[in-house]
Amino acid sequence: MDVAKIDTILKKYNGDSDFLIEILQDVQTEWRYLPVDLMRHLADELGVPLARVSHIATFYKAFSLEPRGEHEIQVCMGTACHVKGASRVLDAMSRELGIEEGQTTADKKYTLEAVRCVGACGVAPVVVIDDEYHGDLMPDASAKLISRHMKEGAR
Amino acid sequence: MTQINFANLGSAAATEQKRLAGYKAMLMVCTGTGCVSAKAFSLQDALKEEISKRDLDKDFLVVGTGCNGFCGQGPILVVQPEGVFYQRLKKTDMVRIVEEHLIGARPVEDLMHRDLSSNEPIHKMDDIPFFSKQKLIALRNKGLVDPENIDSYFARNGYTALKEALEKGSPKSVLDEVKTSALRGRGGGGFPAGVKWASCMAAVKKTGKEPVVVCNADEGDPGAFMDRSIIETDPHTVLEGMCLGAYAIGAKEGFIYIRKEYPLAVTRLEKAISQARDRGLLGDGIMGSDFSFDIVVHRGAGAFVCGESTALMASMEGRAGEPSPKYIHNVESGYKDRPTVLNNVETWANIPVIVDKGGKWFAAIGTGDVSKDPWGGSSGTKVFSLVGNINNTGLVEVPMGITMREIIFDVGGGIPDGREFKAVQTGGPSGGCLPASLLDEPVDFDTLTKAGSMMGSGGMIVMDDHTCMVDVAKYFMEFLKDESCGKCNPCREGTVTLYGILDRITSGKGVKGDIDELERISRVMEAGSLCQLGATACNPVLSTLRYFRDEYDAHIDEKRCPGKVCKDLITFTINDECNGCMVCAKRCPTNAISGEKKAKHTIDQKECIKCGICNDVCKYDAVNVE
Repeated sequence: MDVAKIDTILKKYNGDSDFLIEILQDVQTEWRYLPVDLMRHLADELGVPLARVSHIATFYKAFSLEPRGEHEIQVCMGTACHVKGASRVLDAMSRELGIEEGQTTADKKYTLEAVRCVGACGVAPVVVIDDEYHGDLMPDASAKLISRHMKEGAR
Repeated sequence: MTQINFANLGSAAATEQKRLAGYKAMLMVCTGTGCVSAKAFSLQDALKEEISKRDLDKDFLVVGTGCNGFCGQGPILVVQPEGVFYQRLKKTDMVRIVEEHLIGARPVEDLMHRDLSSNEPIHKMDDIPFFSKQKLIALRNKGLVDPENIDSYFARNGYTALKEALEKGSPKSVLDEVKTSALRGRGGGGFPAGVKWASCMAAVKKTGKEPVVVCNADEGDPGAFMDRSIIETDPHTVLEGMCLGAYAIGAKEGFIYIRKEYPLAVTRLEKAISQARDRGLLGDGIMGSDFSFDIVVHRGAGAFVCGESTALMASMEGRAGEPSPKYIHNVESGYKDRPTVLNNVETWANIPVIVDKGGKWFAAIGTGDVSKDPWGGSSGTKVFSLVGNINNTGLVEVPMGITMREIIFDVGGGIPDGREFKAVQTGGPSGGCLPASLLDEPVDFDTLTKAGSMMGSGGMIVMDDHTCMVDVAKYFMEFLKDESCGKCNPCREGTVTLYGILDRITSGKGVKGDIDELERISRVMEAGSLCQLGATACNPVLSTLRYFRDEYDAHIDEKRCPGKVCKDLITFTINDECNGCMVCAKRCPTNAISGEKKAKHTIDQKECIKCGICNDVCKYDAVNVE
């Protein structure tokens, strides 16, 4: 556990437990999951029960108790994306990566997620890879996008 | 950094206006999320480079703006002040725009929008039907300001309403204008903002506690991105609106609760707040007055229920976002038990204009008579995200009372690919699907509710005849069962059970009595849920049952999906139009398609997983879905 990193995060929010959700988001970004010993440490530092930390960690979708992949692939399942075939896009991604929705590839490179509306409905269907938006992405194109990404990553 | 006060706001605006007037033209590149997904940032860089290369920086200014609204045509560039609109641009088009339009004064027609029927290029943005029927209040600055530069907001007379209120008005005068405007909450509930603010002030008097104002930017409705766009486009209008609200009710603290799924909006919001602080428009003694107010941003972490007011307050305190019973309203005891005014982004964005132009001006727009009772109608405009199976997808702001038909067919340009309109979904997961027979109804809070849907925050998802309405109901129930916080029984169990029945029906295993069961469970959820998420969760089911019952019957009785969507009820075959181009065979993920080159192909039904890719890639309409 890198205490210095946690201290920097805590300092950013003045150790204020009102910002517990934001603190955990920063931890999630840094570690790609919420390690249990780290949650315990945060509870101590902020003077809040561990139950409250774990309640948040399991309530909100942004958090994971297992390490997520190096790249996060989010397939938007908003209504506009749905009527334009988002579930078929998700299936295509899942086939290409060889994992189910919610899983991470064995090499820990990719996590595939179905997410709620990312608010880019004008260019549905949408896939977000590491915060980069890809719009108007039909199933066939989405499979190509992933295979290209994997090839580029391998180089 | 010059501090803004009553005396110099006007000159700050004039200075920026003069600076901008010094350019021959301004090139407004849309950098809203939609256009960014189509590489708008690299386009902006390429344009800057082309201009610099020719040493034209003194004549032409490139500005990255927030969402232009016409997302389906992105990336977009508008040349101002002449208002020439370019769409679907590539980096390579920048040379032509600079050489032909900027230097040669010959606008590039083949990069313009074309009329859907005549196919003629339309030069001016205002002449494009998508824009010409709109009326902009909340989005008045879209495409005209740089969201990351506060001076740009000054140049559009930003913060003038706040200045006038602080200098010449009073908290009461602000409240009176908002009351007169009859502005109803744009987050979905439609509760009159003036009434809410007045109740909060009464609670302050009673309890002696300090009030707070909160902006709900946790726009969770799938298919809706109005709030995201307002913040990405014109964040200061939201801040100014909140300042005015805080001044009216006597609050010193404000909060904005925004989804973390909107990274660009979060960045622009934080930048705007810091610029406003630097210029003395947030903090102690705003503009030299004795009014002090500041805003803190809280980021949500992915929970739809946090848009619900009590859940949002819990989340803002760093807890799980579980709703509480509403025996006591937030206006009396909200954030940390203090009197709280919670309005959404669009509501706040309307406030500066209402204070500036007057409540009467605002109340004159829209439907009904609101002069005595704010519930007497729906005043002002509403921003909608017009998306789904529609030609002109994007963000539109239209006067209340406009008909669905005008929005979908005039502004939206109708349904693409020669398909038929089937339904329009409004109100998010709490709303419903409305059929073609209701297209001529006016769009306002009360008409939509009466029709079994609701206004909601403004998502308007258009569905064509290739949509299955039972599948749509199942889609929403899947969403709601996942997003139900699980605290109360009717919602937790009800959503799961409804989903199970809908899943069975769409798999071809529906039985007689399923529809009665859907209705019975819906009634229990309506009556017994703790918050509106559960109480309205049945709306997508009930509205599709009300208007599209024949589709449920087709699934249950005939094991047929009329929309040709439900995988278990459809088959893909290849017809005689096939010329053996082999594209489908190459792209089929399970190699289920076989056939010689230039000969008709066939699909092996045992291998087919019904992914639909063959149909997507076929250019000859040779794939039948039955």
